[in-house]
Amino acid sequence: MWIYEKKLEYPIRVSYTNPRLAKEIITQYGGPDGELAASLRYLTQRYTMPISQAKAVLTDIGTEELAHMEIVASLVYNLIKGATIDEIKAAGLDDYYADHDKALYFVNAAGAPWVASYIQSKGDPIADLHEDLAAEEKARATYEFLIRLSDDPDVTDTLRFLREREVVHFQRFGETLNLVHEWMDSKKVF
Amino acid sequence: MDQRRRDLLRIMELEFAAVDLNLFLDTHPDEQRALADYNAVSQELMRAKMAYESRYGPLMNYGYSMSEGTWRWVEEPWPWEITFNRGE
Repeated sequence: MWIYEKKLEYPIRVSYTNPRLAKEIITQYGGPDGELAASLRYLTQRYTMPISQAKAVLTDIGTEELAHMEIVASLVYNLIKGATIDEIKAAGLDDYYADHDKALYFVNAAGAPWVASYIQSKGDPIADLHEDLAAEEKARATYEFLIRLSDDPDVTDTLRFLREREVVHFQRFGETLNLVHEWMDSKKVF
Repeated sequence: MDQRRRDLLRIMELEFAAVDLNLFLDTHPDEQRALADYNAVSQELMRAKMAYESRYGPLMNYGYSMSEGTWRWVEEPWPWEITFNRGE
């Protein structure tokens, strides 16, 4: 069961209409290292984790990533909602507009749709947790690229929050990996 | 900034603390100080949410909070329709 809460995890601030920045940020909605991929990856890997703490971490981080997906969507929505057709064309968002108007859709910055092959669910907890650690670092790197691309300090503030969370999640996954290793060592009988 | 936004920011602050402590406790369930902080934050968050919901309608549905008078869940604004200004 999931319960929706009618609030964002972190406030969004958008200084002005900016379809160019929306086109870049949308990759964290539906791109390879985005929040949809992150949440679905963790929420589907959790079923076969061998210890309860790992099930908790994947459930809770997967849930927080859903909240991050909502923050990214809210940024994109507000960056393009006031854009004119001329502004959309000038930003190179006209290809997207032809298929989606100003609706939110899961694509990367180049317009390629989200695919399940962005993620893996291997059943081997060591392999899965290493993938999760890498995913957090890739998401952190993407947020750093987006911060470099951003010309709106208000949007940058929210991107910084999202970047920081990837760092914290990496830390928690590292601890979870250690706990799984300890559990495996305790099970070894020679 | 209006009162509603101020109240919402306070809830965001408290709930963020709860989320972060929650993740920490998942891998450190025996850390008593973090647990005490989590419980204190949870209590303050619950109070802040109850006060907010009595003014502006439910933050949660599916039985997690009651709606007085009318079904206020359907009222705007939705979360993506609330933006803040710099410095808020």
